[in-house]
Amino acid sequence: MIETVLDVRDLEAGYEPGVPIVRGASITVNKGEIVVVLGPNGAGKSSFIKAIAGLVPITGGTVLLDGKDITAAPAHTMVRLGLAFVPQTENIFPLMSVEDNLRVACGILERREIPGRIQEMYAAFPDLIRQRRTAAGNLSGGQRQMLAVARALIVHPKVLVLDEPSAGLSPKFVSMVFEMLAGIRKSGVTILLVEQNAKAALAIGDRAYVLVEGKDRHEGIASELWNDPVVAELYLGQRPLRAEKGGAA
Amino acid sequence: MSLQFVVDGLLTGSMIGLGAIGVTLTYSILRFSNFAHGDFMAWGTYATLAVVSAIGATVGKVAPIAPLSFGWPLLVALVIGMAFTALLALLLDRVLFARLRSQGQAIIVVMASFGASMALRSLLEFTFTSRPTYFSRAIQIAMPVGFGIRITPDQIALLLLTAVLVLGVHLLMTRTQTGRSMQALSQNAALARIVGIDVASVVRVTWIIGGALACVAGVMIGILVQIRPFMGFDMLLPMFAAAILGGIGSIPGAVLGGLIIGLAEAGAVQLIGAEWRAAVSFIILMAVLFVRPIGLFGVRER
Repeated sequence: MIETVLDVRDLEAGYEPGVPIVRGASITVNKGEIVVVLGPNGAGKSSFIKAIAGLVPITGGTVLLDGKDITAAPAHTMVRLGLAFVPQTENIFPLMSVEDNLRVACGILERREIPGRIQEMYAAFPDLIRQRRTAAGNLSGGQRQMLAVARALIVHPKVLVLDEPSAGLSPKFVSMVFEMLAGIRKSGVTILLVEQNAKAALAIGDRAYVLVEGKDRHEGIASELWNDPVVAELYLGQRPLRAEKGGAA
Repeated sequence: MSLQFVVDGLLTGSMIGLGAIGVTLTYSILRFSNFAHGDFMAWGTYATLAVVSAIGATVGKVAPIAPLSFGWPLLVALVIGMAFTALLALLLDRVLFARLRSQGQAIIVVMASFGASMALRSLLEFTFTSRPTYFSRAIQIAMPVGFGIRITPDQIALLLLTAVLVLGVHLLMTRTQTGRSMQALSQNAALARIVGIDVASVVRVTWIIGGALACVAGVMIGILVQIRPFMGFDMLLPMFAAAILGGIGSIPGAVLGGLIIGLAEAGAVQLIGAEWRAAVSFIILMAVLFVRPIGLFGVRER
């Protein structure tokens, strides 16, 4: 049976009143899935996901997490509600040690649970344990991303939400980050991510949405979307050659 | 020259350092220079004085704890004064700073703190007059401790108190979840919210620590020098110099900065004359800003 974890309906959001960036976007994320939100630059992907996380003011629509209305809940209450967010940049505390970065995120855990949970994160991300006393600002790009994800996972979220986890990483680290996300899904965590790097994201995703001008315009099975001419058109803003030759798919 | 300036400098430095902790925390966590911080010192000192007098009026004269110049009433009053100053800081934040902060313009908050500083100071002058007063008029005999240095029991006690408080605040900042939350908020406010930190409660803790330590610093000045409505305002420049010298946001930095400025001021008094005392913190401040703008313990923002 399909169990919906995150249900976003007709979301409208924007920084300034009267200037919506997200204009009626709807998606659902089911338990155990990786759902990818794609879209051209300026489609409002980042604002969409930040609005879900409580970081961009929501002006319309609803966000349900496990059936509970979390629309516009304050950002700092999201981890308690079960939504852990990994921002695109500046997603670690650079002057704190790796271990303190993990520990500071444990506010909602029971005190006696924390040391064990930190060890579990080290077991899942062995690179981090070697650097546990290092200031997080000194980590490599890939390790930073690992730390940011570990920090989000440490509180047992119902859904892990990531804003362009591959942004700014070298190709070697990009594949590492996506392998890491695929591994996390295998351990039973539900994932929603926004990505610019469509090919790599679709390779690990189950389903995907294409967001254009703040609205969800297309939905499909991730593995099929890469060759979907509608996606190419929406994504690139032009009809690709292959689709013209073969007609509408 | 006599080495007496070392003791004088360490004492002045302790007062500056305790005050600078509040300045550096407010600056790094709330992102504004709080010019009213010196007046928290003065208010805390007068509140402590008022409680000492009240205790004196109720239970009669209490003998000092030998060999110190003060008895238990001052210690009790100090704790009450710390709580009072913390509440004063919280109240001022609630009615003034928080509202302006939400508008997102740091310079307006700084100007408001300047206004608050003047208002708080005038209220003290109005209530207690500007005539200096004292916790005790008893004269303590300074004990020689070698190298031509003399120190009074009060001075030793206050240096120890400073050391304990600084260590306590340092442990709080580095070993507790509250302290880590404060560090997190100073490094990245948006991410702090994302990881579940309630910004409002961290801000409250910041004011409580800053206010309570300002009160201690003020009472130290009251015990060793005198109590005046301007006592805190006069400390403002050295406190900011210490916070910047140590590196904004660093507790050990603020204290070390305070000690350096205290020692430099005391040394300058001996070497070039007392009228240059205030200039020394200016000169050190400018020198640091030229050579190492991020301060001794500061870290470059990435």
